[in-house]
Amino acid sequence: MSFFQSDFFLNLVPCCVVALLLFAIWRAGKQPLWAEAYRRLRRNKVAIFALVIIGLYGTLALLESLGTTDKASQTRITLLDRIAQKTGALAVQERYYSAPLATMTTGEANPQPLKAPGQHLLGTDGVGNDVLLQTLKGARTAFLIGGGTLLISTPLALLFGLMAGYYGKWQDDLIQYIYGVLASIPTILLLIALILVLGRGPVQICVALGITSWVGLCRLTRGETLKHRDREYVRGAKALGVSDFGILTRHILPNLLPVVIISLTLGFSGLVLQESILAYLGLGVGGNIGSWGNMIDAARDELAREPVIWWNLTSASVALFILVLAFNFLGDALRDAIDPRLRS
Amino acid sequence: MLRYVIRRILLAIPTLIGVLLLTFFLFFGLKNPEVIARQNLGKNPTQAQIQQWLADHGYDKPLAEQLKRSTVDMLLFNFGQSDTTGEEIKERIKKGAGPSLTIQAIIFATGLTIAILIAVLVAYFRGTYVDRFGTLLTVVLISIVYVTYIIGLQYYLGKRLQYGPVWGFNREAGLAKFILIPVVIGVVAGIGASIRLYRTFLLDEINQDYVRTARAKGVPEGTVLLRHVLKNAMIPILTTTVATIPTLILGGLLLENFFGIPGLGGYLIDAITNLDFAVVRAMVFLGTLLTLIGYILTDIAYALVDPRVRLE
Repeated sequence: MSFFQSDFFLNLVPCCVVALLLFAIWRAGKQPLWAEAYRRLRRNKVAIFALVIIGLYGTLALLESLGTTDKASQTRITLLDRIAQKTGALAVQERYYSAPLATMTTGEANPQPLKAPGQHLLGTDGVGNDVLLQTLKGARTAFLIGGGTLLISTPLALLFGLMAGYYGKWQDDLIQYIYGVLASIPTILLLIALILVLGRGPVQICVALGITSWVGLCRLTRGETLKHRDREYVRGAKALGVSDFGILTRHILPNLLPVVIISLTLGFSGLVLQESILAYLGLGVGGNIGSWGNMIDAARDELAREPVIWWNLTSASVALFILVLAFNFLGDALRDAIDPRLRS
Repeated sequence: MLRYVIRRILLAIPTLIGVLLLTFFLFFGLKNPEVIARQNLGKNPTQAQIQQWLADHGYDKPLAEQLKRSTVDMLLFNFGQSDTTGEEIKERIKKGAGPSLTIQAIIFATGLTIAILIAVLVAYFRGTYVDRFGTLLTVVLISIVYVTYIIGLQYYLGKRLQYGPVWGFNREAGLAKFILIPVVIGVVAGIGASIRLYRTFLLDEINQDYVRTARAKGVPEGTVLLRHVLKNAMIPILTTTVATIPTLILGGLLLENFFGIPGLGGYLIDAITNLDFAVVRAMVFLGTLLTLIGYILTDIAYALVDPRVRLE
């Protein structure tokens, strides 16, 4: 278990997610089956814009995941930290809250001058960290939770969905029963129960979110597999003596991919949103990992202060909002590009 | 019809048993009660203290007894006592159900009405800029996280505009005042997804033959939408409303905690903070029961409204 808790593993996940995304885009451009959809997608300006945004966030996540441990102070210095150190005020630690572009600290009895006056674009937080840098760092947690969960739930959903749809009979009954049980527990309650039992931490959250989120995709896969099961190409493959495994992976699965990809794109944004809700409930990734959820959670008290500390909440919410919006737009554009019939 | 209802209820029983077994496995199989005791007793408890705590809270009994506790007793609504305060869970739930149901029922009804109205409006202007703007707005609304709505709107509506108190729930001092802001937040946070969904339901119906016939007869577009299309679209709309129950539960959880409303949501949040597993168990069971009842009611409503649904 300790391997899964290690920094190495936690940094590996965002890297894998970004690599997988790049691989998927690269492959999609080469597949003749996908060429038409790819062409349509490229003409959609919103989709390209959304992809660029997601790419930016992915780069941030990657920069924050790669780094070395400083031997002297035993702290991790990521590539993002190094870039921040070179760009002036980003890495300068102040002593307390300060408003965006302010020259003095805020909310202290006698405000003190800042070390980098007028240079903190989004102000600083309660321990004096630059909020802009903290917000950028949150991208890693978003990709860690969103991507890590999808890495757990997608294989599970595809495996069970294909099996249920293809074999029918008792396999279908059993799998339907399992996800029927899971689906009848309200998601948030199941998440709470799972995290209380598994403990808090990023990996536990991914597992918990994985358990609650595979049901939707599994149901979808099952339905689609059912449609394809009796098509002629499947029967043809069967007549030629292709094994069940071969039929499922080489023939049916590629035909399901469009639906799966749309559902994954839209699913990712939902997972990133759920992370911040969990953080609010005190079931988040933990205080030592910077995340938008933690920043929003901290803002509960900050808005009650005088003067109001609004920049923490706003930065985290906007960063989260833009990423989720980009994924939602991309999902819609993908749906239009892959299946124009669905367009109303 | 009666046979259908009975059959539908019987079909839910295996699912409910599955949920009970799953929670039993989670809380007694994966989680050792001794760990719960340690978490509740604080720093370095002695072995005797742990045994005492386990005995006090009934965790020292054999596994079969625990199985009965987390299945049969749940079904009989014997939730037992809280792990941390020793309070009767059932009493507390009875007390909290009122405020929770009041707020969520209002949010549900208001949200449904407004969402349908806006969806009809957007469908009426389909293909125009109103439609585009409406669709864009729903995506924007969906992309904002619930907690930002709560924190931001409470600050803006409560503290800046002073529309109502931001804390408490007092029947004598006028209930409407206390629930105004939570209801607004609940409606705004949930409405985007509903409008988006209802719009597609409406547009699915708009291309049907009967709509063309109505138009050919000279029925004005507004009447076509409200009389013909909406009536048929209400079937999928009503059946998906049950899918909003989990959202309502989530909303209750976050809103009640943040506005100091003494409902079930606040109770559950306290239980999470205090690691009160007995309360969490009871709430998971209740939430599931509500969802299953919701599913059953939907199916019955579906059968009642839509003559195409066969009852055997």
